[in-house]
Amino acid sequence: MKKEKYLAEIIDPNGFQRTLRRLASEILEQCGGAGNLVFIGLHTRGFPLAKRIIECVKTEENVDVPIGSLDVTLYRDDINHRAESLQMQVTDVPMDIAGKTVILVDDVLYTGRTIRAAMDALIDLGRPAKIRLVVMIDRGHRDLPIKADFIGKYLPTSLGEEVSVKLKNIDGEDGVYLVSTEREET
Amino acid sequence: MNRHLLGLEYCSREEIESIIQTGFSFKEVLSRPIPKVPTLRGKTIVNLFFENSTRTRISFELAQKRLSADTVNFSVAGSSVAKGESLRDTIRNIEAMKIDMVVVRHKSPGVPCFLTECTDAVIINAGDGLHEHPTQGLLDIMTLQEKLGSVEGLKVVIVGDILHSRVARSNIYGLQKLGAKVALCGPPTLIPVKAEQWGVEIFYDIGDAIRWGDVLNILRIQLERQSAGLFPSRREYTQRFGVTLEKLRRVDKEITIMHPGPINRGLELEHDLADSEFSVILDQVTNGVALRMAVLYLKSGVPAQE
Repeated sequence: MKKEKYLAEIIDPNGFQRTLRRLASEILEQCGGAGNLVFIGLHTRGFPLAKRIIECVKTEENVDVPIGSLDVTLYRDDINHRAESLQMQVTDVPMDIAGKTVILVDDVLYTGRTIRAAMDALIDLGRPAKIRLVVMIDRGHRDLPIKADFIGKYLPTSLGEEVSVKLKNIDGEDGVYLVSTEREET
Repeated sequence: MNRHLLGLEYCSREEIESIIQTGFSFKEVLSRPIPKVPTLRGKTIVNLFFENSTRTRISFELAQKRLSADTVNFSVAGSSVAKGESLRDTIRNIEAMKIDMVVVRHKSPGVPCFLTECTDAVIINAGDGLHEHPTQGLLDIMTLQEKLGSVEGLKVVIVGDILHSRVARSNIYGLQKLGAKVALCGPPTLIPVKAEQWGVEIFYDIGDAIRWGDVLNILRIQLERQSAGLFPSRREYTQRFGVTLEKLRRVDKEITIMHPGPINRGLELEHDLADSEFSVILDQVTNGVALRMAVLYLKSGVPAQE
């Protein structure tokens, strides 16, 4: 069992909402509006986060942007062979992504391996015109040459720490916390 | 989670549920524009078929290709087995070529279990004699879950040649572990002695079985065994135990018809019934690929115990 110990609050609920609004504005500015956009959220926190950004896009431009969810388990290069890590979640991309600008959404950018897997998975689903990456937190420690286009907050961390992104729509409250994880003795 | 898949008798309920749930995820993969994922890249799987098979072999092979594994097919005709090589030597030699997984079908029960002692590779049973055919049992349960929701409390009748059926055994173990009620129906000569020890109902009248059940899983009458005189004639079998639309219409409820294939149309199942709205037979085949992908994927991840 993993036990989370909170070290610090990085973003509070109000700041979280402001960050979401800023991310939405930046995406709209750089992509020239919402016309050709498709949001794809990665499991588990990326998908609900994508929904929240889409809400902000809707308040700003009053358009409904299509959204899909992607599970990248089958594309990973680091499946560690334990039964629980083999469990998959739903991949549901109901729209054609060919020719679209795909906004890939994840909560925390870390080694970059998830994003590498996600890009492979996306390209098997169609040929997007562009892929852009949005993350709430970039915590550094990249293994691969990958960088995010839109970042909620850049947060240098040590390897022993973890970043926990909480969302109103699944955890009850918004926020970002720095936590340390230690394996509980059994 | 067991390392090998030898039979559903040895699987826990959790393992069965986990495989089937993963099977549904792979069904979604199969509906994608590119129905292929790189997950088992670099893994080598041997399909060791000592006995004829169309559906199961193709289904396993497709599952392996969809997962990007490398596959080697082995069939007895044209192999050294025809020259008298022992099973142990065959598998030791194949293993020396660096194999990760072996899918085996053999006419003798217990062969997959024996192979686990000869090699470090993961062994998947694709049917061993009269013992078990676990992936068929799993895909049957998956199809029932897909069509009818849960199998908990569901009444499933297995009809026909239970005695010679590994499909029946895997279905009985799997369904019972998931809380379904199972009955067997067939001529007394084709029901194993002491079958009631499985905790199943036994019917000798197809009408009674249809009235009792929600699902009929109709087994193939193995005509190659008919010379043993286990039932008088095909015609008599069809009259007494053949499933027909007319027999189904006598009860006022929805019945689901399953068949593991290959069908003897007009013998155990009326000609058109296999294509009727009662039938989920082709769903079984479709789900077979997804389910076998789930088995290969999950078993590839279970490390050997030290």
